[in-house]
Parts: sequence; C-alpha cells; structure tokens
Amino acid sequence: MTTDSHVEARILHSDGGHGHDDHDGAAHGSLKSYLIGFGLSVILTAVPFWLVMTGTIADKAVTALIVLVLAAVQIVVHMVYFLHMNTRSENGWTMMAMIFTVVMVVIALTGSLWVMHHLNINMMPMHDMSQMP
Amino acid sequence: MSVATTRISVQGSEPIFHVIDEHDHPEGASTMLGFWIYLMSDCLIFAMLFATYGVLGGNYAAGPAPRDLFDLKLVALNTTMLLLSSITYGFAMLTMEKSKIGQTQLWLAITGLFGLAFLGIELTEFAHMIHEGATPQRSAFLSSFFTLVGTHGLHVTFGLVWLVTLMVQTARFGLTTANRRRLMCLSMFWHFLDVVWIGVFTFVYLLGMLR
Repeated sequence: MTTDSHVEARILHSDGGHGHDDHDGAAHGSLKSYLIGFGLSVILTAVPFWLVMTGTIADKAVTALIVLVLAAVQIVVHMVYFLHMNTRSENGWTMMAMIFTVVMVVIALTGSLWVMHHLNINMMPMHDMSQMP
Repeated sequence: MSVATTRISVQGSEPIFHVIDEHDHPEGASTMLGFWIYLMSDCLIFAMLFATYGVLGGNYAAGPAPRDLFDLKLVALNTTMLLLSSITYGFAMLTMEKSKIGQTQLWLAITGLFGLAFLGIELTEFAHMIHEGATPQRSAFLSSFFTLVGTHGLHVTFGLVWLVTLMVQTARFGLTTANRRRLMCLSMFWHFLDVVWIGVFTFVYLLGMLR
C-alpha cells in the first residue's frame, strides 16, 4: 500500500517536471551537454594534432587513418552535443534531411576521388596517340 | 469497418482530397527546419569544394607543397579559437533561455571576439603564404586550397556580421520571440561552421602534412 502510493507520487512528480516544454520543435542543450561536448571535442582535436606534429606513429598511413576516424567521431560529437541532433526534433525531418545530405556527400566525394584517381593513373604514361585509329 | 468508410466516401457527391479546415501556422514555426535545410545545402557546397581539393590537392606544378607552407601550431591555435567560440555561443544560448539579456550579450560578444581572432589568424596565414609567392594562381593545389579555406573564412565573416546585427537587435528590442529565433538560427550556423572546420583541419592541414 505504501509502496503503491510512493510509486504513484513519483510518476506524478516526473510528469509534472517533464511536461513544460516538450513539444516537437528544435531541441535545446543543457550546460552539462555543452560541457561534455566541449571536453570530447578538445580531446578529439588535440589527439590528431599531437599525432601528426610529433610523428609518434611511424607509419603515415596508420596515422592518416586514425586522424580520419577521430575527425568522423568529432563531427558526430558536434552534431549531437552542439547542434542537438536527434530523431525527434521537427518530427524527424531534420534527421531525414541530414541522412539525405550525408548520402549525397558520400556519393560526391567518393565518386570524384575514385574517378579522378583512375583517370590520373590511366593518363600518367603518355599513350602513343599515333596508334589510335 | 474499412469497407463501411469507403462506401460512405464513394457515396458522397464529390471526393475531397484536401483538409478543409486550414490550421494556422504561427509565425516562424517552420524557420528552424527551413534553416536546417539551408545548412544541408551549404554542406553540399562544401562537399564539392572538398572533392575539388581532394582531386587537385596533389597538383603542385613544381610549386610549394603543404609541408612547405603550413604551420600546424598556427592551425592548432586557430582551431582552439573556433572551438572556444562554439562553447561560448552555447553559453549564450543557455543564458538566453533564462532570459538574462546582459549575460547573453556578454557571451555573444566573447563569441564574436573568438571569431575575430580566428579570422585574424587565418588572414595572417594567407598573407604569409601570398608573400612567399604561394598565391592561388601558383598551382591547382593552391587554387583549390584558397577556394575551400577561403569559402569557410567568408562564412565566418558573414556569421560575425550577423552576430553584430543580432546584438544590436537584442540591445534595442530585447529577447523577443523573433530575436530568440534568430539567435537560434545563428547558433546552428555557427556550430555548423565548426563542423566544417573539423573537415578542413583534418583533410587539408593534417593529411596535407602527412603527404
């Protein structure tokens, strides 16, 4: 009996504290989320700079890969903690727009780099044009 | 159940394909989503510039390479400025939600100063490079470098103009609903520029030094 009323009181309380501004508009951040985001992005910036400036890892390809992965993680951190990305704001339309953009960016970037890289490889030794019909 | 409803609509004189009672749209209700879509289109512009740099970034035309030009300490300082301006803008938004107009203005001013420091350092770097003969006309690498980094710098410049405008607006009219909405749009713009800068310092500067 006592536990029942206790649970009920907690539910009522959590409802009362929650229901003030929870509409489906743009999301807001809190001091905590901003500070977490800032701390993470400081680390995620400092580590790649330190890796490249000191050359701690001898293999450049490995360093480049780590730097790229850290950048990708930092972009997600900024999106979540500073731009308050989530699946709920504006009924999910911001997320839909972003997914579409990411798809376009990936196609444009990988496509350009891939095609132009192969073009460069094929153009590098001058072909004997006199053999052409 | 569904059959019954279908029959009713068919029996009606004319099918209606739109909602009759147009519900009212409060002013600015769709601004945030619209601005987000603008940012996504801006993101595509930067994607094209990154792709251009990725393709042309290795064509030095026997001119200077990234290793000869870039000073990573300066870039690290620059990145710090932009990162600090991001968190101070966050503080401005938090104080705005508490309707503390003086503190909001103070944090906005600090954000502006960090932005100005970022631009100053970037222009110093550009001036130094151009003084050494590394102009945009020198090679395809430098053309694409100045286009990409310059476009980002131009965005920061317009962000600063916008910031000053909104500070004047807030000083004159207070934290009205319209001003809050505008400040939130600028917040998204400012954080978005920080996201683009992550790509710039990683792709252009750090990977350039490794090449």
